[in-house]
Amino acid sequence: MRILSDYRGNVLYMRLCGEMDEHNAALVRRVADKLVDDHTQSERAVIDLSGVSFMDSTGIGFLIGRYKKLQRYGIPVYVTNPSLGTDKILQMSGVYTLMPKI
Amino acid sequence: MKNYMKLEISARGENEGFARSAVAAFALPLNPSFTELSDIKTAVSEAVTNCIVHAYSKTQDGKIIIECETEQTSTGGVLHIEIRDFGCGIEDVEQAVQPFYTTLSDDERSGMGFTIMQTFMDEFSLTSIRGEGTRVEMSRRIGEEDGAAFSKPPKSIRKVSNA
Ligand SMILES: Nc1ncnc2c1ncn2[C@@H]1O[C@H](COP(=O)(O)OP(=O)(O)OP(=O)(O)O)[C@@H](O)[C@H]1O
Ligand SMILES: [Mg+2]
Repeated sequence: MRILSDYRGNVLYMRLCGEMDEHNAALVRRVADKLVDDHTQSERAVIDLSGVSFMDSTGIGFLIGRYKKLQRYGIPVYVTNPSLGTDKILQMSGVYTLMPKI
Repeated sequence: MKNYMKLEISARGENEGFARSAVAAFALPLNPSFTELSDIKTAVSEAVTNCIVHAYSKTQDGKIIIECETEQTSTGGVLHIEIRDFGCGIEDVEQAVQPFYTTLSDDERSGMGFTIMQTFMDEFSLTSIRGEGTRVEMSRRIGEEDGAAFSKPPKSIRKVSNA
């Protein structure tokens, strides 16, 4: 699993790629947090899930963890492009109430 | 016609992907749809991840056993999955299956694993004995998505016990 990032127009974009399970998430938590720490002036953050081919409940914990970190800097965060399976999980767990889908 | 397989794996993170892919591959002869395969993989991943992160301590060399059976029917088939460990067991299974209940919130766990297994599968049951281990049994009907599924609403069985 890896993260591609981009910073444009005061928006921090993080694109997750790969299979999001516990084993793989451990590899990208620190990378995501470092990106946030390096872009605290962001007006908002967008997490792009188009490259996520699989996600289980680990993804819920991962997204909420990043939400909490961004919230400490006062940066709102949005989620975009989930697959059907991922969307089902994020919907039922209420993740979109914290980080709206755009 | 029934088909059967049994897998024994170490309770290690790098086996999560292998376990869900193996079960999905075993179900392929039933011609599952993309959604059915995706749901099955997710449910297997939940059960296997639980064995890895909850059942055994980090230093323990734990084992997970996965058994599957498929039954072919005229309209499609059924996949039965049983996943068990020999770890610490669950103190209160009724509490464990509640949405958002987790004993590991510090590790970014959300407590949605059992809820996802129940939602994504047609049948679900959980049995656990403290100090002996935990067993999850799940089934999913395959190939009934159009037509047949509408006349028969999906039934969800939830049995939990500390027997
Ligand atoms: N195999 C197991 N052995 C021991 N305890 C378990 C096992 N599976 C689950 N549990 C207990 O049941 C609780 C709920 O499990 P569930 O999968 O619903 O949530 P979680 O694993 O804590 O979080 P998530 O799955 O959302 O990442 C766990 O926190 C743990 O205490
Ligand atoms: Mg879990």
